[in-house]
Amino acid sequence: MTPGDVAVHIKDVSHEFGEPGDAFHVRALLNTNLDIQRGELLCLIGPSGCGKSTLLNMIGGLLMPIGGVVEVGGKVVRAPLPREIAFVFQENALFPWCSVIENVKLGMVFQGVAKAGQEERARKSLEAVGLKDFLNHYPAQLSGGMRQRAALARALSLQTDILLMDEPFGALDEQTRMILGEDLSVLLSSAAKTIVFVTHSLGEAVFLADRVAVFSARPGTIKEIIHVDEPHPRKPNFVTTEKFSQLRNTLYGLLHDEIRKAVEQSAIVGPQS
Amino acid sequence: MSTRQDRRVKFASSAVQVGFLVGLMALWYLGTAYWGVSHLLLPDPVKVWHELEDVLSTGEYLPDLQVTLTELAIAFAISCTSGVTLGYLISRSPYMIKVFEPLLAGIYSVPIILFLPLYVLFFSLGPGSKIAIGTTISFFPIVLNTIAGFGYVDRIFIIAARSMGASDLQMFRYVLLPAALPVILTGLRIGFIIALLSILGSETIASLAGLGHKIVHLAEAMETARMFAYIAFVVAIAATLNTIASALERRAQRQ
Repeated sequence: MTPGDVAVHIKDVSHEFGEPGDAFHVRALLNTNLDIQRGELLCLIGPSGCGKSTLLNMIGGLLMPIGGVVEVGGKVVRAPLPREIAFVFQENALFPWCSVIENVKLGMVFQGVAKAGQEERARKSLEAVGLKDFLNHYPAQLSGGMRQRAALARALSLQTDILLMDEPFGALDEQTRMILGEDLSVLLSSAAKTIVFVTHSLGEAVFLADRVAVFSARPGTIKEIIHVDEPHPRKPNFVTTEKFSQLRNTLYGLLHDEIRKAVEQSAIVGPQS
Repeated sequence: MSTRQDRRVKFASSAVQVGFLVGLMALWYLGTAYWGVSHLLLPDPVKVWHELEDVLSTGEYLPDLQVTLTELAIAFAISCTSGVTLGYLISRSPYMIKVFEPLLAGIYSVPIILFLPLYVLFFSLGPGSKIAIGTTISFFPIVLNTIAGFGYVDRIFIIAARSMGASDLQMFRYVLLPAALPVILTGLRIGFIIALLSILGSETIASLAGLGHKIVHLAEAMETARMFAYIAFVVAIAATLNTIASALERRAQRQ
């Protein structure tokens, strides 16, 4: 991998919540190193509280590491980079007072895109996620899956090179997740974006990712990286193949002990965010 | 619940409400016409109706209505401006919320009408003291709801807007204000109604003019039928203003 191929460079990144000595002091990440290649889809998987979302927020400039550096496009991240990075959050974060198309346009309004461009880009990205008939619906009138599609459309309309997705399908039922995963694979195979995708689902990680970074229990660090050599867009029957099962089992093996450690930690420390 | 069932429940509720009012009017009529209730204490409803017709047709209520509505408009404008501004400023800091929210809520629970004698001393018997009491009473629900509206906006909306590059002004206009508006509007409606009630109430205690003053004046002159007509008129005004305020609140919340 040459430096030019690296979209995100993470070097010795550590993070803590609270002050040392506090009852709720938590070391979330410890000396984490990772290079994310341009155009790849990297899944972050690990036990609850291992720092996956923390790392994602640091890549997006929403949180600053207490140690180490995060670089995007060779520049140290010190604040959100709305022109380079778009987010899709677990709780879709659609503004309930705006219609679907207004929600999509709002990101472009913030970035000063001309009105005519906003309309065209919003319609195009909503069409791409299959919501062209729901432009004027409000988020409350949509199902959970449709809301996540709208959130994805909002992120796509910003035309950033990097997309950060924090358990975007985490609150959805299994069937909806499966369909959205398939659609996402098709959609992103033509989008040439660098995607970092946080998930708890082993199957989702194997189905979507080019690489899966497995985190250890807290303080989180990358335990191993698994490569998934399967071209995009992935076919739905990929999940029934021997290769898929093997990769899933490998992930399960890597995660099992870490999840047990995390459960034991939470029993001692109490619930963590 | 299906729409048909919904409609049936709504109709039944309205029927009970109307039935209650009709029953009350019937009791009033029977009490004065057949059960010997003194007309000085409770006048005949038919006579009250004729008095109301007279009040409305002669327009004698206009000067007092003007005084009361002017007091209400000034009091509400002051409490609205100061309550929303102060509420917004407090809501910007969790520390300020922690300090001022319980303090303001504590003061709100004090019966502020007790300050009326003090306000009469400060601002005289005229509109000044009514404006002061109306402002003081309506300020608290407005400031407290503004703090609640702006101070407790879901963090995910703020994070999402920040990640998309919203400036401070854009954050206020497109995220904070619309998120807080429903709660603020409820505070404004409550503030408006209690400003009206406190102004009418204080006019009955110590004043030179206004609808409350007129009612007391008629009671002292033992013109109970006309006094009842004025009470009915004030109730109608209060109900109308409440309906308008609620409709505006609903309309703004839909947008």
